[in-house]
Amino acid sequence: MPRTLFEKIWQQHVIVDKGNEALLYIDRNLLHDGAFHAFGALAKEGRKVRKPRQSLATADHYVPTSGREKGLANVIDTDAREMIRLFDVNGAEHGIRCFGMNHPQQGIVHVIGPETGFTQPGITLTCGDSHTSTHGAMGAYAFGIGASQLKQVLATQCLWQRRPKTLRITVDGKLGAGVSGKDVVLAIIAKIGTAGGTGHVIEYAGSVFRAMAMEGRLTVCNMSIEAGARAGMIAPDDTTFQYLAGREYAPKGGQWDEALAMWRVLPTDDGAVFDHEVSLDGNAIEPTITWGTTPEEALPVSAVIPDPASFADANKRAHAESALRYMDLKPGTRLTDIEIDRVFIGTCTNGRLDDLRAAAAVLKGRKVTVQGWVSPGSTQVKRDAEAEGLHRIFEEAGLEWRASGCSGCAAMNGDFVPPGMRAASTSNRNFEGRQGKGARTHLMSPAMAAAAAITGRVTDVRKLMS
Amino acid sequence: MEPFTQLSAVAAPFGMANIDTDKIIPARFLRKLRTVEKGYDPWLFYDMRFDTDGNERPDFILNQTPWRKTGIIVAGPNFGCGSSREGAAYAMLDWGIRCVVAPSFGDIHYANEIQNGMLPAILAEEHCAVLRAQLQASPGTSLSIDLASQTITGPDGKCYHFQIDSVYKERLLKGLNDVGLVLQELPAIEAFENKHFARMPWLA
Ligand code: SF4
Repeated sequence: MPRTLFEKIWQQHVIVDKGNEALLYIDRNLLHDGAFHAFGALAKEGRKVRKPRQSLATADHYVPTSGREKGLANVIDTDAREMIRLFDVNGAEHGIRCFGMNHPQQGIVHVIGPETGFTQPGITLTCGDSHTSTHGAMGAYAFGIGASQLKQVLATQCLWQRRPKTLRITVDGKLGAGVSGKDVVLAIIAKIGTAGGTGHVIEYAGSVFRAMAMEGRLTVCNMSIEAGARAGMIAPDDTTFQYLAGREYAPKGGQWDEALAMWRVLPTDDGAVFDHEVSLDGNAIEPTITWGTTPEEALPVSAVIPDPASFADANKRAHAESALRYMDLKPGTRLTDIEIDRVFIGTCTNGRLDDLRAAAAVLKGRKVTVQGWVSPGSTQVKRDAEAEGLHRIFEEAGLEWRASGCSGCAAMNGDFVPPGMRAASTSNRNFEGRQGKGARTHLMSPAMAAAAAITGRVTDVRKLMS
Repeated sequence: MEPFTQLSAVAAPFGMANIDTDKIIPARFLRKLRTVEKGYDPWLFYDMRFDTDGNERPDFILNQTPWRKTGIIVAGPNFGCGSSREGAAYAMLDWGIRCVVAPSFGDIHYANEIQNGMLPAILAEEHCAVLRAQLQASPGTSLSIDLASQTITGPDGKCYHFQIDSVYKERLLKGLNDVGLVLQELPAIEAFENKHFARMPWLA
């Protein structure tokens, strides 16, 4: 029987199959500084980490993005300081490799997984974070879990799981200039909705993803959770293998060849059946931004704010009305007439080298008119970007060049958008209060955020490209 | 884990769709330690419950006298979407909410409720809408829930059948601990690991 990529990985990891539920083996687990609840629960039950080598930890959510060299003393918030301290203590106590705040490999958990080769095709991977879907871009089955399930993975390296359904989203065609993975995934979520993938694993297929670099694929899979999906996946191919080759935790020598042979047979077989199928025309996707307070409230940059009264679905209408109140926007306004107060470039969605390059290409030789900052997705990305001189482009344009962390994405480390201010952000959630109390978020690609930084309003980046 | 069998409690209607976990508990409170004495209830729906000066917003449902003892929420579609933070379940549980009735849930939050002995009851939106309207019309009314028969009894005595996965139902009814359930399979897990890592030694 022809099988999907997901089914192949699932079947290779089922230990006990009880029909409606299976005991699934978890190859690898990632941890971040918010994991203290799980460690606390583990201690309370007197349990140990069963396979510490199969976990990797990094401090990202609570770390400051400036003044890090001054160490913990510089973390003003006492709770956050405690989180960062506990992070190192828990890691050391359980023998888990830890990239602490000032470690040269520190970074956002979903950036360092692929970057170090910890994330590989064909594996099952968990992390106590919803954007774990990111790692599926490497051809893994990766999904976010809560603190209790994280405790289980630490204690047993297994999880009882219901088998999710499968959804294939095919995007054929060719993306236009100025259109990136972010625009593709926003267009997808606008089409299927924030609950469109609930209970499903999405496989992204079609020529658009085949042509996409690893960074773009990671952006797309990252936001699968914003469509409600448990995971997003892209079949591994030469792009994946080239990206992975030589990375720290990737197999080496003869083992690399063995691994490669296994990875090459992972892609979905011809004729395999998905529970649902959706398709989009890649040629028609424009730079896309959100106007509301959920990622599905997104439109091409050329559009106007819709009138909620025109929405057939009562729930969506009510949501849009409250979103427009929160965002202080009126139906009929052109998106390009929306003025921006802050710009934030970074996060596990768009904080990789390619993302920074795309933003820098727009900013080069120009000046920004609004305040903003760039936080690279990892300390490695920071070094790579500096080696290329990208930091100078950002600084000369007038943006701050910071250290790596989640920063203004969830505003847990003290970096936030002030109340009532409107941000052009490369992050993944535009929920009320996500980037700070009363903050208004417009999600967009790094290039679009750079364009907004220059003009001070939402701008079609294609107009600034030579 | 405390078993969940039956519950009769004041129910609050939350009509909005897509109540995300950032709304249930804003991220800035997740750094708080949760202890027996100091739970997560003070942060529940914090930005909806309090204004910028920290005063209660009188129009928010949980601030209104009849609903201060809310033990059940009847919500709209896609409840608990977004972040995986288990703090969302902690905050509800510590407040005294042990059941959320909704047409659909965010996947991770659904699992988090189960893990904390809460019941995420799936009921068609048309029925949720009827219940919400009734609860709105007579503030402070209770709903009765029986997990074994998968029924919710409304204020008018009308009975609704809700959905829950049989495996989760059993776990809630018995108050089973997942780690214990997994460790029962230890020999099978070890046998699996031997084979798995013999094939892919670079993953061990
Ligand atoms: S960057 Fe944002 S979405 Fe990504 S892990 Fe950090 S807080 Fe979560």
